[in-house]
Amino acid sequence: MLEFLSLFVLIIDATLRVSTPLILAALAGLFAERSGVFDIALEGKMLGGAFAAGAVAAATGSAWLGLGAAVLASVALAMVHAYACVTHQGNQIISGMAMNILIAGLAPTLGLAWFSLGGQTPALGDGARFRPITLPFADALADVPILGEIYSEIISGHNIFVYITLAAVPITAWFLYRSRFGLRLRAVGENPEAVDTAGINVYWMRYQALIVTGILCGVAGAYLSTGQNAAFIRNMTAGQGFIALAALIFGKWRPVPTMLACFMFAFADAVQARLQGVDLPIVGVIPVQFVDALPFVLTVVVLAGFIGKSVAPKSGGIPYVKER
Amino acid sequence: MNAAREVPAVPVPPALELRGIEKWFGNVHANTDVSCKIERGTIHGIIGENGAGKSTLMSIVYGYYQADAGEILINGEPADIRGPEVAIAHGIGMVHQHFMLVNTFTVLENVILGVEDDFVLTRSLEKARTELNRLEREYSLEVDPDALIEDLPVGLQQRVEILKALYRGAEILILDEPTSVLTPQEVDQLFRILRALRDQGNTIILITHKLREIMALTDHVTIMRQGAVVGHVETAETSREQLAEMMVGRSVLLRVEKKKAEPGAAVLEVENLHVRDGLNVRRVNGVSFQVREGEILGIAGVAGNGQSELLEALAGIRAVESGRILLRGEDLTRPGAVRTPKSMRQLGLAHVPEERLKMGLVESFLASESGILGHHHEEKYTGRILTRGRAILDDVARQMKAFDVRPPDPSLLTSKFSGGNQQKIVLVREIDPNPDILLVGQPTRGVDIGAIEFIHRRLIEMRDEGKAILLVSVELDEILSLSDRILVMFNGEIVGELPQASATETQLGLMMAGERLPAEAAK
Amino acid sequence: MNQSARREDIPGWLTHIVVPGFNLLLAFVLSGILIAVIGENPFRALSLLIKGAFIYGDSLGFTLYYTTNFMFTGLAVSIAFHCGLFNIGGEGQAYVSGLGVALVGLYLGHLPVLIVIPLGIMAAALFGGIWGVIPGYLQAKRGSHVVITTIMFNFIAAALMTYLLVEVLIKPGQQSPESREFAPNIWLPYAHDVMNWFGINMLSTPLNLSFIFAIIVSVLTWGLIWHTRWGYEMRTVGQNPTAAVYAGISTSRNIILAMFLSGAVAGGVGINEIMGIHHRLLLDFTSGFGFVGIAVALMGRNHPFGIFLAALLFGVLFQGGTELSFDMPKVNRDMVVVIQGLVILFSGAMESVFRPHIIRLFVRTRTAIAAPAE
Repeated sequence: MLEFLSLFVLIIDATLRVSTPLILAALAGLFAERSGVFDIALEGKMLGGAFAAGAVAAATGSAWLGLGAAVLASVALAMVHAYACVTHQGNQIISGMAMNILIAGLAPTLGLAWFSLGGQTPALGDGARFRPITLPFADALADVPILGEIYSEIISGHNIFVYITLAAVPITAWFLYRSRFGLRLRAVGENPEAVDTAGINVYWMRYQALIVTGILCGVAGAYLSTGQNAAFIRNMTAGQGFIALAALIFGKWRPVPTMLACFMFAFADAVQARLQGVDLPIVGVIPVQFVDALPFVLTVVVLAGFIGKSVAPKSGGIPYVKER
Repeated sequence: MNAAREVPAVPVPPALELRGIEKWFGNVHANTDVSCKIERGTIHGIIGENGAGKSTLMSIVYGYYQADAGEILINGEPADIRGPEVAIAHGIGMVHQHFMLVNTFTVLENVILGVEDDFVLTRSLEKARTELNRLEREYSLEVDPDALIEDLPVGLQQRVEILKALYRGAEILILDEPTSVLTPQEVDQLFRILRALRDQGNTIILITHKLREIMALTDHVTIMRQGAVVGHVETAETSREQLAEMMVGRSVLLRVEKKKAEPGAAVLEVENLHVRDGLNVRRVNGVSFQVREGEILGIAGVAGNGQSELLEALAGIRAVESGRILLRGEDLTRPGAVRTPKSMRQLGLAHVPEERLKMGLVESFLASESGILGHHHEEKYTGRILTRGRAILDDVARQMKAFDVRPPDPSLLTSKFSGGNQQKIVLVREIDPNPDILLVGQPTRGVDIGAIEFIHRRLIEMRDEGKAILLVSVELDEILSLSDRILVMFNGEIVGELPQASATETQLGLMMAGERLPAEAAK
Repeated sequence: MNQSARREDIPGWLTHIVVPGFNLLLAFVLSGILIAVIGENPFRALSLLIKGAFIYGDSLGFTLYYTTNFMFTGLAVSIAFHCGLFNIGGEGQAYVSGLGVALVGLYLGHLPVLIVIPLGIMAAALFGGIWGVIPGYLQAKRGSHVVITTIMFNFIAAALMTYLLVEVLIKPGQQSPESREFAPNIWLPYAHDVMNWFGINMLSTPLNLSFIFAIIVSVLTWGLIWHTRWGYEMRTVGQNPTAAVYAGISTSRNIILAMFLSGAVAGGVGINEIMGIHHRLLLDFTSGFGFVGIAVALMGRNHPFGIFLAALLFGVLFQGGTELSFDMPKVNRDMVVVIQGLVILFSGAMESVFRPHIIRLFVRTRTAIAAPAE
């Protein structure tokens, strides 16, 4: 029983760690797509952010400066996307694809040039990265059975990013449904003409949305290189930007369901990591790759309308052109 | 008389005055020197046919488009309306023909969009709820403020649009074709609301092409034609006939020389046809008629009264809800019958669609490719695997020459040809296989005078060869000069049939505006 | 006011050659600046690149070997594009095609050459095609956006292939996830082998018969798109779906067909890599070639000849980039990925950003030249 509990605690702990960048990136995608701009470059922006954070933290020794650089880099990429697709009505998919590929090459190129470590950034010392935070009394309570263990292992001892992310979901939901910004954001993704006739600048709304997208992707990237790990590693996003996109679709572009989808994907990953090679009753051994494919298979199934149709914001992907 | 009235008070300036408004879209002169005055506390109608420039004019007043020249005065003060937000600040509200509502939002959310008081919505929503309650009581504008727009019937959606405008403090309310989507009962309710609004001192501008509405509701009318104002009248001092005449105009008719038709057997018979559009709205509602050999049957009507859906159903593009279509006596709507565009062509039915750029051609294709659209699978154009490139070029070149397409070069891009020449490419493609019946929609829309004459002559020649032609057009001139019999469609129904000889523009204009044909006139 | 009338006077070469050429140039200028920023000389890099791609003994063979892959993936993107579809699943389709080749190679490899090679090619096309047609079907019949589903299918393909290699097809007793080597009957002849038959000495390179096959597929694609009724129907669906409906052309049938063909052509990568070079199935043999196909198709303006030129350019970049890294330790294959991204950005997403400026410049110049003559 106790063994089971500690396994459970370990899995939940891992779920939180793995889901953090997914949730941040998925929320980033939520802002872009709710405003009517498709963004398949969550991956690229995260990777760019991870590199900027790793590089600047290594150079300055400050994790916070690294975070700032990550946000700047990611917002800059989002602004290129906005310039191409909002201002000049370029194809949002092509632009996103370009961004993903550009960063996949640019980050290791700059890394190699600056640090000569084969594209990585140098390993970060303790000051240059975000360390787990121990909440008050966590150590004292660690020995208390069950509750103490849950508190000290699951609730305490995470990176600041984990707490920021858990707060970001209700904040996003509040912004989206209770604020003027959210109202206009949702409107511009559904019917930009209605927003225009209401006297609101459609283009500026979409730029604002993409700025938020950039910030969140930057934070997610910084988490990867200065929180979860201690350096930027080539292709360290490894498809997490696309898993986030899948979660966003699976969560039907709503904050809480999107978070739950991220939890589900991360949980499956954590369980899989713990149970690797374990022969379970009835199901047998679950192959790793089955868990890897799960987010994508589920998203296709949802997109095809086999379990509850997932409908994108109506103006998504369509540039807004006013004059005929 | 009351003394107060005699005092030469400062004259009340009109609520809205337009002076010399000009608007171009590319080469299209949408508004030409438009001037008009709209008095406070009145319902002012603006009437005109499709494309007369009414909607463009009102979009300029609302700041959605900017005028190229001219002046707008509100309450006598010049106003520079650079955007909708400026119009709203000047107390102008607009109910667009296509509602500007966010379907996934509640009524309240739509009402406050763009005029939220604070960053946090709570207070704005509460304020709007109170205000909506007040408006509801004052003008009997009942709507559930928490209902989602997509769950509301169109009549109520329109009410939300009116509430939106009033909530923004509109004193001048513009309604663009507000009744086109409403049931008669909803129309009555709308009129009651509009009268109540006027009686409270608001100014209403009603854009419409329906004479009945003008007569029933307005105080003054401005008549527009081809982008310009052709007259202002007091509603009380005019008649439907006069309005219809002004609306349609007395432009010189392009009469075509033709002999009397000698109609033969019926080629196409339509019985009690019902058709729904892509949004599942019934657009054709119990239509019956026949088209016979050697005659041109014209269908007149304002655009959007079901003619497009009728044509598409006959051409095999659109499904039929109920009713029958018979071609040479064969029921094509019986269970198991094949009725596709391809099969219809094979049965000798050709179709020139209403919108050549949307449907009839592919602009990015070469003329030779556009010239075989729908016929591309025929043996003369393709072998078992490869298309016969030479044969296609030669055949399309021959067709282009036959119809005097300029330049007669099939290897040019379709988009390089003028509207008239593009239309000829479509027309010759459909006529060349020698069909028994031709469905033709708006054959001369956006076509120059020379090509119009050419196209009209060819259609008459076809008729004289004993072919059946069904002509759908919103151009009365065209209907009158080509048709042997004329049907008028309104709201998905045929409101009457006139022989060409006895049809007048005024009469057609009345029917197009929904007047049923008086029984004696039909004889 | 008369802008639209003036636009018709703009010559075709300006919009079809100068504007795309300018966009491409911009991508390369930016790449050059990047090389300068990281402290190398861009002009020396360029000369090393060209030497590395053409001049050194075996370099041309390597360049054409890469070109082969990019021709397949570029053509794949273009076929879908002609039907109005953006297939970014070329990577996954190419990957799965390797499975088709492997199944034939592993279980039927003993059959005679003349049977097993066509079988292998067909299996590659079939497996790639199936991986393309599922998203196509879902788009046509269920309205699922083909862009999203093809992205998802890339990841599903990666998981599926890893699983099969690790658990099922792995050579018994081996650590690395690879299948056993196929029987030589299914090996495509190398270019140097063919040359040797004719007595010409050629250094050994990965270039194999697939290159000829890629050229044949290019010609077939060209024929299909512009000289058959099926190509005509696909293009009609892509350019004007309403006109297609009017003409009696089924949009869903053509979407499904185009996605099948697109995936099948992407399967050429499986032929080149698995039948031509590795002769066994291994992990990640597509190494991003599917994504390069997007840049190649955009740059080649979806025409097989343009795609050949663009594929050759990327072949030069990949091969030259590899050679470059020996002389310039700071510049390597990643630099080529940057160029690829910039090409997609400028030739694709920002395609029309500079067009009005270039046209305005042209009109102003022409007016300036014409004015004194009057």
